Amino acid sequence: MIKSKILEELIDRWLTKVGTLVAIFITFRGHNAPGGGFAGGLILGAVFVLQYLAGQQPTIRRKPILNPERLLGLGLLLALVTTATPLFVGGAPLESYIWSITLPQIGKVKIVSSTFFDFGVFFVVVAVVLMVLTFLGTRGGAISHEPTDGAG
Amino acid sequence: MSSLVALPILIPLVAAALMLVVRNLFAQRAISFVALLSSLATATAVLVDVWNTGDIAVSRLGGWPGSFAITLVSDGLSSVLVVVALVVTTTVLLFAVGQQTPDEHSPYYHPVYMALVAGISQAFLAGDLFNLFVAFEVLLMASYVLLTLEGNRAQIRSGTTYVVLNIIESVVLVMAVGLIFAATGTVSFAELPERIAALPDGVRMGLHLLLLVAFGIKAAVFPLFSWLPDSYPTAPSSASAVFAGLLTKVGVYCLIRVQTLLFPGELSNVVMIVGVSTMAIGVLGAISQHDMKRILSFHIISQIGYMVFGLGIGGAVAIAATIFYLIHHIPVKTSLFLVEGIIERNTGSSSLDDVSGLARKSPLLAVLFLIPAMSLAGFPPLSGFLAKFALVRGGLSAEQYIGVGVAIVVSLLTLVSMVKIWVGAFWGEVAPTSLINSVGVLRQHRSMATATAILVGFTLVIAVAAGPLYEFASRASDQLLNIERYISAVRSAS
Repeated sequence: MIKSKILEELIDRWLTKVGTLVAIFITFRGHNAPGGGFAGGLILGAVFVLQYLAGQQPTIRRKPILNPERLLGLGLLLALVTTATPLFVGGAPLESYIWSITLPQIGKVKIVSSTFFDFGVFFVVVAVVLMVLTFLGTRGGAISHEPTDGAG
Repeated sequence: MSSLVALPILIPLVAAALMLVVRNLFAQRAISFVALLSSLATATAVLVDVWNTGDIAVSRLGGWPGSFAITLVSDGLSSVLVVVALVVTTTVLLFAVGQQTPDEHSPYYHPVYMALVAGISQAFLAGDLFNLFVAFEVLLMASYVLLTLEGNRAQIRSGTTYVVLNIIESVVLVMAVGLIFAATGTVSFAELPERIAALPDGVRMGLHLLLLVAFGIKAAVFPLFSWLPDSYPTAPSSASAVFAGLLTKVGVYCLIRVQTLLFPGELSNVVMIVGVSTMAIGVLGAISQHDMKRILSFHIISQIGYMVFGLGIGGAVAIAATIFYLIHHIPVKTSLFLVEGIIERNTGSSSLDDVSGLARKSPLLAVLFLIPAMSLAGFPPLSGFLAKFALVRGGLSAEQYIGVGVAIVVSLLTLVSMVKIWVGAFWGEVAPTSLINSVGVLRQHRSMATATAILVGFTLVIAVAAGPLYEFASRASDQLLNIERYISAVRSAS
């Protein structure tokens, strides 16, 4: 495979960083404007697809602790915990709470609990893109449990 | 109570997410069981409440007012079906764990199984058409994975049919949902009845037929059943047991909602004819088969016909009978597939040519087969007899003599094909080719046997508790027919 050094540099230096920032911006923006976790996740996913097309492994794959399945689980968990938490304080599932806090220098900041849900969705979407890049075309049977003690 | 309604969906989903992170097999098994049992506990609490008060429990996700919220509605029918579904899925999981097959050892089996459970619960609880569609997608995605998890040739081949057919079903369903929204401006079950009633006749009938086709494919009614006997037999035994017991019944549940809530009493002749032909054709298919899994798969279709027939008759008595039939059928069918799974695990084959003499080898297994098989055929005093009796009574009171006649003949034919399995697999000399080892079939697979026995016991409980259960089914059917009650319960929920 011929790798284009310039393309690689360009993507690594610019697109990855700018794309990640845009993705996070879009995710935060989603509360009151078009955007949100799903759109943000797709943008970051597109960044990984570009990296992949440029002949690199998507960055997250280099860190084994964040393998895509785990990321998928953590994202789903984050979204579901946000869904279920209101039940413990007497609300309805998925109910959203808003807190305002005043930070020094920055001023008034509004924190919305549904942002956590959005980030859960964000991670799920990113993980799905990564899993598509990793597993599409491999044999399903080749994937098995990480070594467990005598599970058999 | 309303806060508990969402938990049978949430708990399995949380478990699924957790198991994507925790990938140790033993931990996954533990999480699965804890999740299923705690879901079962909450679902039972809701059922008891609905049973005692006769109310409809409603949960509004997000706490938004009016039709903005996603509503989950647990009336008599929904609450009892969620409980039955959780009982069945829990025992099948016990069976799957005991089976020691490669598919259960895959790190994806348990998360996907939990997603399937969440999808089933959500389908029963959904309070609007769009979420019903989402629930279908969730359970279908999970079923695609479970069906093809071993990834062998036969599974991929039949998996392809299954996936294509179900995608067609999803497309029809989402089209129906879109068109209904375009015509009425809502998808909520509480608002649709009024607005659908105000539509012109042609539009109403078109929308109704679209929904009937979509759910008809899912429920595998005549003439939309051909995917079922092709795909279920190749699935791993534990998966095919859940599919056989539950997935088609989700389709039947949706047909019940369509016929009672959205389009009450419309096109009931069509539904009845479809029901009668489904039971006749299903059983004829079963008689011509020579493989246990295929015989049992055709019986699913035939039994679906009974429920759809009851739905077509309409009226409180027949619908109560349909609900009772549904409750009885899910565990009976699943336990038959589990028994078949044990046989296949031991002999490596489900063909009646290869298996024989099991009754001598393992009398207990024979009993475990005989009880649900006779129940399926409608032998007194088992639950199937009571379900069929109620249905026949409903048919007679509505003067549907042809349908009732067909139902009785079909149940004789069901008996014939059950006897065929009995004679082929359980009687006779122990086949020399069969791989059964002399230790005894059940002692070797304790948890598979326990799971099957629990489920068979559950069907016996249904037979013993038929009186109160039938009374509950009639109340659930009154609830279904009283649309105003449903609407006001959803509107007044906070």
